[in-house]
Amino acid sequence: MLTFVLRRLGSAIPTLFIIVTLSFFLMRLAPGGPFNLERPLPPQIMENLNRTYGFDQPMWRQYLIYMGNVVQGDLGPSYIYRDRSVANLLGEGLGYSIKLGGLALLVALVGGVLAGLLAALRQNRPLDFLIMSGATAGVTIPNFVIGPVLVLIFSITLSWTRAGGWGTGSFRDLVLPVIALALPQLAVFARLTRGAMIEAMSADHIRTARAYGLPARSVVGTHAMRGAMLPIVSYLAPCAAGLLTGSAVVETIFAIPGVGRYFVHGALARDYTVVMGTVVLVAVFVIVFNLIVDVIYGLLDPRVRHD
Amino acid sequence: MTGFRRGGLRAALILGALMAGASPALAEAVLHRGNPGEPNSLDPAQISINVESFILKDLLEGLTTFNAAGEAIPGAAESWEISEDGTVYTFKLREAGKWSNGDPVTAEDFVYSLRRVQDPAVASKYANILHPIRNAKAVNAGEMKPEELGVRAVDDRTLEIVLERPTPYFLELLTHSTGLPVHRGNIEKDGAEWNRPGKLVTNGPFMLEAHIPNDSLTAAKNPHYWDAEAVKLDKVVFYPVEDQAAAVRRFEAGELDMIYNFSASDLERLRAAHGDRIRATPALNTEYYVFDNRAEPFSDARVRRALSMAIDRDFLAQEIFLGASLPTYALSPPMAGYTPAQADFAALSQFDREDQAVELMKEAGYGSGAKPLDITIRYNTNPNHERVATAIADMWKTVFGFNVTMSNQDVTSHYAYLQEGGAFQVARAGWVADYGDPENFLTLNITGNPGFNYGKYSNPDYDALIAASYDETDHEKRFQILHDAEAILMKDQPIAPLLHKAELWGLSARVKGFEDNVNNEHPSRFMSVE
Repeated sequence: MLTFVLRRLGSAIPTLFIIVTLSFFLMRLAPGGPFNLERPLPPQIMENLNRTYGFDQPMWRQYLIYMGNVVQGDLGPSYIYRDRSVANLLGEGLGYSIKLGGLALLVALVGGVLAGLLAALRQNRPLDFLIMSGATAGVTIPNFVIGPVLVLIFSITLSWTRAGGWGTGSFRDLVLPVIALALPQLAVFARLTRGAMIEAMSADHIRTARAYGLPARSVVGTHAMRGAMLPIVSYLAPCAAGLLTGSAVVETIFAIPGVGRYFVHGALARDYTVVMGTVVLVAVFVIVFNLIVDVIYGLLDPRVRHD
Repeated sequence: MTGFRRGGLRAALILGALMAGASPALAEAVLHRGNPGEPNSLDPAQISINVESFILKDLLEGLTTFNAAGEAIPGAAESWEISEDGTVYTFKLREAGKWSNGDPVTAEDFVYSLRRVQDPAVASKYANILHPIRNAKAVNAGEMKPEELGVRAVDDRTLEIVLERPTPYFLELLTHSTGLPVHRGNIEKDGAEWNRPGKLVTNGPFMLEAHIPNDSLTAAKNPHYWDAEAVKLDKVVFYPVEDQAAAVRRFEAGELDMIYNFSASDLERLRAAHGDRIRATPALNTEYYVFDNRAEPFSDARVRRALSMAIDRDFLAQEIFLGASLPTYALSPPMAGYTPAQADFAALSQFDREDQAVELMKEAGYGSGAKPLDITIRYNTNPNHERVATAIADMWKTVFGFNVTMSNQDVTSHYAYLQEGGAFQVARAGWVADYGDPENFLTLNITGNPGFNYGKYSNPDYDALIAASYDETDHEKRFQILHDAEAILMKDQPIAPLLHKAELWGLSARVKGFEDNVNNEHPSRFMSVE
């Protein structure tokens, strides 16, 4: 097991290297740079800026300098947020994103699996249709619609919740962004669970277990669930990586100080280092979560063993 | 029923007790102020627009500053003298001027700060605002040492600034954020983190208490400020809300006391709900279309004039911006003492303008019965710019029968293309004043203006008048020269001015002391909450 984990982590290094290299050059294909503002800067001032940030160097040299810094753990300065380094920006925001995303993941997972289980056990009955229509709506209505609607109802009309901003991070402050972030994922989990559960319930070993007269709780909870969890666990990796690294949409609608916005903003403002920083961050999350999921897979499915 | 009443009473008592317990916090006067975005920096040398300056001007005070009405008033300097030739400014600093750590504000502080802005290693984006100071340009280019900048401390409280040439709007320039002072000891001691909460030393009415990027920035009253007694707020919390719709929702939920530049489509609805607490004030900015003066057919002034005349600006202002923008026929917006020179066709009705436009276009050899034109309008991606472009394309199609297409790019790409001298036909551009003087608008189109003169317009008469305006020290005469220059520009129409955008503010019923003004300066120092 340990060798498997180490081997996987080892193979992540060339992956990260390729990702960083690609994004470094792709970013610079877009016209303009971080200092091309709506109002142009006088050439002399542009020169000072370019010199300060090393843009006067040839591209290959900029790349080598950047890679050298990254290897030492330095993601460079932000070209837009001039008081801050990329590590500083991402470091301050990541805590908020992880807390919000973690809560959303929990809500989505628990709520989605429960809803999916109920729907599967009541297959083709009213409750099933109700849950599945809800899940379809959850997937199709984008959160930039759900978010403002929730705010209109619960913050403006009822004054129960906060309309935006982190506040003190209390339930009242975070409930709406968590719901907006969780709903689409909750719907996915519900659909996955329902499908997997229906398939598992019709498997031979379940029929045998039932024929033996095992109690329903044991049949569903122990035997069927174990098999049905596999697709859910597979989806957990990209879902967790996505939720924990923040969502630009939800963070913008609810003014959450997380890291999700930096990718979009960074790309639009040509804040190269910030974009690369977020790319590295997301890549690390995806790699780590895929690894975790593979480990869990091994524990759940005897056919998969990492020895 | 009685039981319910008792329960209600008990709840009220508990609530009352809680509120009493929390009363010290409640007694604090806190203004919750929406800010148009997250500040890019809290270093006066690094910032550019009001996203930062709304905050920084509450924290730091320059030699001159703004009152609630947006007029320049004495700030860290209590008075000044200007030499007869207009090139030497001698400022007398306030005796009571103090930094938030108790240090006195000295002339040496301003010498340090002004040199720092010009230091090429600091790479200040707006260093050029203060290039009128003697040797500033050379210092900024690294050709001279910062010590050679024309700024000197005569004594602790006397600061002398020598200019390259008379600059009649120099006091206005000093109100720009590049003129704000920084504390030398603070920067030298705290290095890269000098402007973080708990470290930043300020000389303005407030000091930096807390800052969570993209969430909030809390400024607390500075007890050492020379006029601290008159500052009524204990705290100002700035909330960077970049999403205009989110800002409106937070305002309506009562979380924000002030919101700025919400979408014009909310204007009517908010006015109905909040009455005169929703403000739309004309401001120092101009939205315009540039013609590429280098190539046919736009090198012909008649074509440019005809196209400009065919634009129904009232339609744009009323139908697209719902009254949150005002139509204009001049480049410079009106400002204290200056009446802009409007294009001659401003006086006509739109109906007559269109008739004359068709004639003029025919004269130039285009339009119905003559050569047709294919025109492409370039603009930066934005719903409002798209609506304007669509409307103008339609006007040109209807009036001249031209084939008009549109193309858009994100804002960085759009301006990068124009600044690098890319060829185009018609392009959208906008300008927001750095300081309240028509010169700031009229220099955009002088020959050889690097980067700003997108259409490469060139008229020696115009250039000569702008050049002459710098040597004129008499305020009124100078404005007359600028007015004459603007008249030439409007006759040639290298650009078609369209609109002046109004600054939109929403105020909660708690906010007192807010005054509308054309400079869009609203220092928290003069505000209070009830």
